[in-house]
Amino acid sequence: MITTAEFRLLSTSGLLGYGFPESSLEAGIAREPHMIGVDGGSTDPGPYYLGSGKTVNSRLAMKRDLALMLRAAIRARIPLVIGSCGGSGSDPHLDTVAGLVREIAREDGSHFRMALIRAEQDKASLKQRLRAGKIKTLRVGPPPLDEATIDRAAHITAMMGPEPFMRALDEGAQVILAGRSSDPASWAACAMHAGLPPAPSWYAGKFLECGATPSLPKGHDCLMTWVGEDYISLEPMNEIRRCTPGSVANHSLHENSSPNVFIEPGGILDTTDCRFEAISDRAVKITGMKWSQMPYTVKLEGAEFVGYRTVTICGTRDPGLIARLDTFLDEVRTSVEYKAKGLGISSSDYTLVFHVYGQDGVMGPREFVSEVRGHEVGILAEVVASTQEVSSAVLALARVTLLHTDYPGRLCREGNMAFPFSPADIVTEPCYRFSVFHIAEPADPYEMFPIEYEAV
Amino acid sequence: MALIRDIAEVCKSKNAGPFELTIDVVFADRKTYDKVAATRVLGPPLFAKLYHVKPEEVLFTEYPAGLAFKATLPRAVSSGDVGDTDVYGAQQHAPLLEVDIPI
Repeated sequence: MITTAEFRLLSTSGLLGYGFPESSLEAGIAREPHMIGVDGGSTDPGPYYLGSGKTVNSRLAMKRDLALMLRAAIRARIPLVIGSCGGSGSDPHLDTVAGLVREIAREDGSHFRMALIRAEQDKASLKQRLRAGKIKTLRVGPPPLDEATIDRAAHITAMMGPEPFMRALDEGAQVILAGRSSDPASWAACAMHAGLPPAPSWYAGKFLECGATPSLPKGHDCLMTWVGEDYISLEPMNEIRRCTPGSVANHSLHENSSPNVFIEPGGILDTTDCRFEAISDRAVKITGMKWSQMPYTVKLEGAEFVGYRTVTICGTRDPGLIARLDTFLDEVRTSVEYKAKGLGISSSDYTLVFHVYGQDGVMGPREFVSEVRGHEVGILAEVVASTQEVSSAVLALARVTLLHTDYPGRLCREGNMAFPFSPADIVTEPCYRFSVFHIAEPADPYEMFPIEYEAV
Repeated sequence: MALIRDIAEVCKSKNAGPFELTIDVVFADRKTYDKVAATRVLGPPLFAKLYHVKPEEVLFTEYPAGLAFKATLPRAVSSGDVGDTDVYGAQQHAPLLEVDIPI
């Protein structure tokens, strides 16, 4: 069975703002953890959040999670540690989460020492690193970085390792809010700060960053991890969930390019020879993880503005049209180009995309089914352009042209498409793309991540 | 002969970062996993063909601890860029479902 002589870390959920049952948090606190935390970030929802500064989860959802965790941490006198605050861990995201913590403290009348570790990178110093040859490309990713790409980026972050967290713990911070961090780093930092070796500390973080996801049934819930010299143990804090050797082993597949080899700041975690052993019907012990030290590198993430996006959604139920859909859409595209020219808009001023659901809307060019098999087809038409005026104008042309373009054998002469909404045209938030995804070689693990302390 | 959709416990896809897609096939027991592994059908050439990439672009791992096979390959368009169809990469597993394993 799990003993109590180890270092205990409590993760409340997979992401700050995803929520968790209060009873799971209480069950976790009853096991006397040495810290409580949650991962704040992910690139998974796409580039918009890093680009725009808007958080992935709502203020209300993040505040609810933060308030419960902060009160638990203060009551138990343990640190509350959160990496990649707000989603991307850029300055606007970190500042939003810090603002929520101050708001909760004011409401509760609580006081503590807080550290903010910043990960947003200044463009001038990134250019210096680039000129010094300290920025490299990844195996798969964008081409080599150049100064124009740095200039175009809305925000660029670097992904910190555990060292800045450990420094903040040394300085006595009870609440540590960090910008972009390697997902396991905040957890690895706490275990390593307690004197445990890197291998189990990092591997513990690999599970904790996803909350109770390594258990079955999956759900947004709390996970406790015990870290020893050469092992870790995992148990979900909700009685309805179980960690099994299979569920835990399979968690290593999640969002990683390899299930066995994890490249992290300062080293490589290798879990090839790990053994997964059930120590109860709900808890699993893992041994055999290895850590090899490597030159210190951190990942850079940046997003740039692409354009203003306008969309419309419609569908056709006409078998004659469905039978010649590709030709029809080519004709619509040509016609839109011609009509746009009349408005002074060249085809290079916009991108028009048809997402054809029922044909290849999900897989695009990788779809292997070549014919439409359904009785109806949904079309999402999208225009991205450098001004909202051009974007809206071209999308309106596309909508009208989809509706009224004639074709041989056409029976549905009043209109080709069913539009569910009025207005049919929808202005969405702007489109961004991940433009920076490179490796930087810092002089040390701290220099890119300044720490600010405040008495809350 | 057996289709992946009929013999796998899990067949899923997801982003591994914004520029890569990772596809996992998991089997329920060691016997099935070993039989599938022995056919050598699952490997870089198959994923290269299904996902229109070069075999050398496929990072393929046999993962007996998880009774799983994993292939990671470049996305056609980076997550969320114009022309992307699947920001999370969570619905790119279908070509694999129809693969016939001679067991």
